[in-house]
Amino acid sequence: MSELAHAATPLDVTAPPILTVQDLQMYFPVKYRGIFQRTIGHVQAVDGVSFQVPKGGSLGLVGESGCGKSTTGRLITRLYEPTDGEINFDGRNIAHLSQRELLPLRREIQMIFQDPATSLNPRHTVGAIVGAPLLIHKVVPKNKVLPRVQELLEVVGLNPEHYNRYPHEFSGGQRQRIGIARSLTLQPKLLVADEPVSALDVSIQAQVINLLQDVQREFGIGFLFIAHDLAIVRHFCPEIAVMYLGKIVEIADRETLYNHPHHPYTQALLSAVPDVKQAAIGGRRERIRLEGDVPSPINPPSGCRFRTRCSMAQEICSKVEPPLLQVGPRHKVACHFPGELGHAPQRPVTTAICGVDDHGNAVSGATADIQLNAPGYDTTWLDLKTGQRAGT
Amino acid sequence: MTSYLSVRDLVVHFPTVDGVVKATDGLSYEVERGKTLGIVGESGSGKSVSSSAILGLHRGTNAKVSGEILLDGDDLLQLNDEQMRRHRGRDVAMIFQDPLSAMHPYYTVGNQIAEAYLVHNKVSKKAAKARAIEMLDRVGIPQPDRRVDDYPHQFSGGMRQRAMIAMGLINNPGLLIADEPTTALDVTVQAQILDLLQDLQREFNSAIIIITHDLGVVAEMADDVLVMYAGRAVEYGPCKEILTHPEMPYTWGLLSSVPDLTADTNAKLIPIRGNPPSLLSPPPGCAFNPRCDHRDKVPGDLCTTQVPDLTPARSGGNHVKRCHLANPDEVYVAEVLPEIAPDLVKETP
Repeated sequence: MSELAHAATPLDVTAPPILTVQDLQMYFPVKYRGIFQRTIGHVQAVDGVSFQVPKGGSLGLVGESGCGKSTTGRLITRLYEPTDGEINFDGRNIAHLSQRELLPLRREIQMIFQDPATSLNPRHTVGAIVGAPLLIHKVVPKNKVLPRVQELLEVVGLNPEHYNRYPHEFSGGQRQRIGIARSLTLQPKLLVADEPVSALDVSIQAQVINLLQDVQREFGIGFLFIAHDLAIVRHFCPEIAVMYLGKIVEIADRETLYNHPHHPYTQALLSAVPDVKQAAIGGRRERIRLEGDVPSPINPPSGCRFRTRCSMAQEICSKVEPPLLQVGPRHKVACHFPGELGHAPQRPVTTAICGVDDHGNAVSGATADIQLNAPGYDTTWLDLKTGQRAGT
Repeated sequence: MTSYLSVRDLVVHFPTVDGVVKATDGLSYEVERGKTLGIVGESGSGKSVSSSAILGLHRGTNAKVSGEILLDGDDLLQLNDEQMRRHRGRDVAMIFQDPLSAMHPYYTVGNQIAEAYLVHNKVSKKAAKARAIEMLDRVGIPQPDRRVDDYPHQFSGGMRQRAMIAMGLINNPGLLIADEPTTALDVTVQAQILDLLQDLQREFNSAIIIITHDLGVVAEMADDVLVMYAGRAVEYGPCKEILTHPEMPYTWGLLSSVPDLTADTNAKLIPIRGNPPSLLSPPPGCAFNPRCDHRDKVPGDLCTTQVPDLTPARSGGNHVKRCHLANPDEVYVAEVLPEIAPDLVKETP
């Protein structure tokens, strides 16, 4: 093992994106349960999400259950067809490809599921499960499948001789390794890991995280890492997006997001994580209490979707939806009053961009002056201290 | 002062066709009123099994339970089923990990909460329902008089867990056992529920046993911590003591394998290698020895032949540990701490 083994892939700002998602939207129809199945509303599971995953790098996606992070993962693997928006994978928009056109792409984008007990077929041997992609895509001749399967089992730290065992003969951590081996079979360029460790015991979680970091480094795989555990995401991803009710509310590099969060939701989320070391040395972080539950995505609040639970919400928040505004070299936040805890600005910073006054009423003649909701980052941003545009 | 609950040498064995599963093997601990005990361990370490024994939930199964469970002086294991039933729900209550499967889907939430009250109190159904509404209000359910007639599926996950807590506390029990109460919940909701439990504990002066695998939850909630491994206590003592001066390699492993929000991001996660042992045939000697990185520091083959006793930790106090290492505190400071918290080591030279 090299010196760098078991370490997170560092942020490479020059890496070209393997995946660029723009304005991705997924509305699930809610049907009236009658004869005519009239559509009476939509669950706005994902509503205008844009981000990039760098080649060989990783982006973390965090949020509470129901915020749309898993749906985003499933859209990217095209298990769903998006309502609107673009998914550019390796320079090609795959958002509306047909099943036939998707087949070659399935090799490139693979998925690791949360629950290894239900994502492996109990009646197939491990060899059949891991080898199936090879046969389907006819990558290797049939007599070469077994050696390749054994090679993969070895990569993920399982005994290669166990290829003819069934999933139930393995423990939870080992089953997750089988799932990882299956996803590596076709040497994908992008892996969508949907809560890959949350079903595992703590001592096993670390094993699987280390394994994922090793395979990422060895094969140069881009990761979209979806999880609700903020500490695990921080450990794995140099860049993280926080989702709330179908939208990205803050996206930044790790250092900025965890040490200088600017969105009140990110601040609340971070303050809610119980911390062993803090408690061990006697301290306890001040917790920001979030009251109530996440509102229904069928009928989300107007304006800012977080305003119903936000302690800073003002008139403008209910009228105007805050744009995802770039406030640092690699930091975007969707809030009218972005700032570190206790240092939020008195006046909304977004008025000029949205073309409204401080109370959210439209100002005639004013228009939005920059392109918003684009994936990736600009070379200039709004400096919150000076209120001017700054750049590198 | 005697403890409200005192468990002594509790043994729960399940005979199976393959042999005896020693789910809990000689477990002792105490909890006082108003205090919280955190029980930590992996799945299959016996933490849930030992706690359901307190409620007598192994009665009517083929489990062999022995030892003593003294609740306010009464040995619960000596009681007959009828006497046990009088305690269950009144003096000891339990809340479960998954409130959706712990509640009956065909009955309204109010009905299920009121039932717990009706069983132990001679009151009218109307009074019981009023009490259920009062409890729902107490645990922070909005519009309790309306929500009391809802079915469990109409509640969100956090609200269901609140309703479970209301059900558990309706008779003001002296002991509340919370089995992974927040594992199925989001962090923000988890924080709400933990706050609620602490508020209610102050109000009712109950003893709480919180079973979890999340050391963070333990650190926030517990006064004492019991670390379990393969059916036995491997470390037991005051929470702060265990988190700052752990003396058992398994506890070190637990601490080093979870990332936290302040750690150096280049720090490695050090997993505990291997898998939890089978309770059918646990390894001879110390059950943790096949996964232990510090076995070679113990002379001879003590680790693989002899089960270590629970001995007082070197740091003193009420802290006990089950390990053959002669100087675990020194090993921890010299070898483990620099790996898991390089920043802490620098701060305290």
